[in-house]
Amino acid sequence: MSPYLFYPMATASVLFALAVVLAKSPVRSALALVAVMSLLAVQFAFLQAHLLAALQIIVYAGAVMVLFLFVITLLNLESDHGVGEKPRLSAIGFGAGAVVAGGLVMAMAGLVAPAARAGALPEGFGTTVVLARQMFGRYLVAFELTSILLLVAVVGAVVLAKRTAAENSEGVTGA
Amino acid sequence: MSDVVFDWVIPGLKSFIVIFMVLNLAAMLLWIERKGSALIQNRIGANRASVLGILPFNLGFINTLIADPMKLFTKEEFVPDGADKFVHSIAPFLALLPAVVTMVAVPFGDSVELFGRTIELQAVRLDVGVLFISALVSMGVYGVVLAGWSSNNRWALLGSIRGSAQMISYELAMGVALVSMILFYGTLDMQAMVRAQGGLFLGFLPNWGIFYQPVAFIVIFVAGIAESKRVPFDLPECESELIAGYFTEYSGGKQASFMLSDFAESVMVAGLVTTMFFGGWQVPYLSKAGLELPGMTTALAMPALAITLMQVGAFMTKVLFFCWLQILIRWTVPRFRYDQLMNLGWKGMVPIAFANLILTALLILLLEKPA
Repeated sequence: MSPYLFYPMATASVLFALAVVLAKSPVRSALALVAVMSLLAVQFAFLQAHLLAALQIIVYAGAVMVLFLFVITLLNLESDHGVGEKPRLSAIGFGAGAVVAGGLVMAMAGLVAPAARAGALPEGFGTTVVLARQMFGRYLVAFELTSILLLVAVVGAVVLAKRTAAENSEGVTGA
Repeated sequence: MSDVVFDWVIPGLKSFIVIFMVLNLAAMLLWIERKGSALIQNRIGANRASVLGILPFNLGFINTLIADPMKLFTKEEFVPDGADKFVHSIAPFLALLPAVVTMVAVPFGDSVELFGRTIELQAVRLDVGVLFISALVSMGVYGVVLAGWSSNNRWALLGSIRGSAQMISYELAMGVALVSMILFYGTLDMQAMVRAQGGLFLGFLPNWGIFYQPVAFIVIFVAGIAESKRVPFDLPECESELIAGYFTEYSGGKQASFMLSDFAESVMVAGLVTTMFFGGWQVPYLSKAGLELPGMTTALAMPALAITLMQVGAFMTKVLFFCWLQILIRWTVPRFRYDQLMNLGWKGMVPIAFANLILTALLILLLEKPA
């Protein structure tokens, strides 16, 4: 990937990521997050990972964020719950963020060794076939376990939603 | 020099042609809709503004294709009080962009040999073509949600909530049906899908996907019409209840781009259906060797340029046909009620698409020997 493409896009991604946290209106935060995800997808595409780019858009920008936005507009959340209102909470937030960022930097310092960057891409890198071989061959167990985890999460969400709905209706009839 | 031409000029030209075609076809559809609906309803339809009074009759070209857009783009752009101005002004672009860009992944012709190089007649040949399309279709929701929310208008918000719920629901059925097509062709590449539809089925029919996957065709076509938010699925607009739904508070050029994006989505649906089920650019009985009708022993040789032109023409004809079919459906079927729409989506289309997917997977497992 050419540095002339990488640096402008990486800068834009960071700026949009900041906008997610700093924007006053929740809809604008969500939009900035969509922009971050789209820019990440474009970077994946430039790195020859076309499948990953498409999935990034379908799953995050097209499904998760659409649902977020749907809920935000449905509830019509007011924008007066800013970061600055609760200084202790935001201090904890910044602290946790710093720890995560530090961990990421440490992890990546080990990863980006010159040897890892220099090698040419293997044949068919990033194509669906190669990715599928890995996913349904070498990492099959992890992949299937993740899918079961997601299924459990879905069932759990439905059960929790049903219980609160039932309790609410009982409360209404009781009153 | 030639590298520059082949690496930049030709891909750029191809993308330009595709986007130019989509935008113009979408605008043409506006005319077809006005005049076609008049034909269906036994009215005269648009017939004002003739060309200097030269033509003895007037088909309404000038009204719908020149006068109306000029009026729309010179109108005052109105932003309501209390609206989020920034979001309000980007929403039309977010609606239009995915609809227009999708077609770059759709092949409009076979490969051509030019100066010793092979050029695919497809703006971008993507290994993940089908996923690219479903990614962009899923991005189309943003325009609707943001337009309704940013307008600060109850009707617009209701329209956008209806729209997003509808689009998310039908995307699911469409996605599952697309998976069964991916399984059937064994590839995500649109050009490879069209190539696989060459030759004959049962010895005399063209080898098109529709003969193998009729259920997936119906699901994808219906879900596609629902995605383009046109009658009978126009609940997000629904002028008898919601004024104009999510774009109530839009005027001038922005309102025009919402209208254009609906038509561009119709073109996209037509392109998708043509590519997956009706052979894309394939002309029945025509291959690189020439024309070969069933029963003929040798192919009737034809010049390569003629074959290419016929194939591109066939693609355009098929796309036009499916655009026309969508307009026919739009003026024939009345609007659903919202519960009917949701029932059709979740209790009708989704189970049918899943059953079709499981059946397809089983048949592939039984009929194909493992490699």
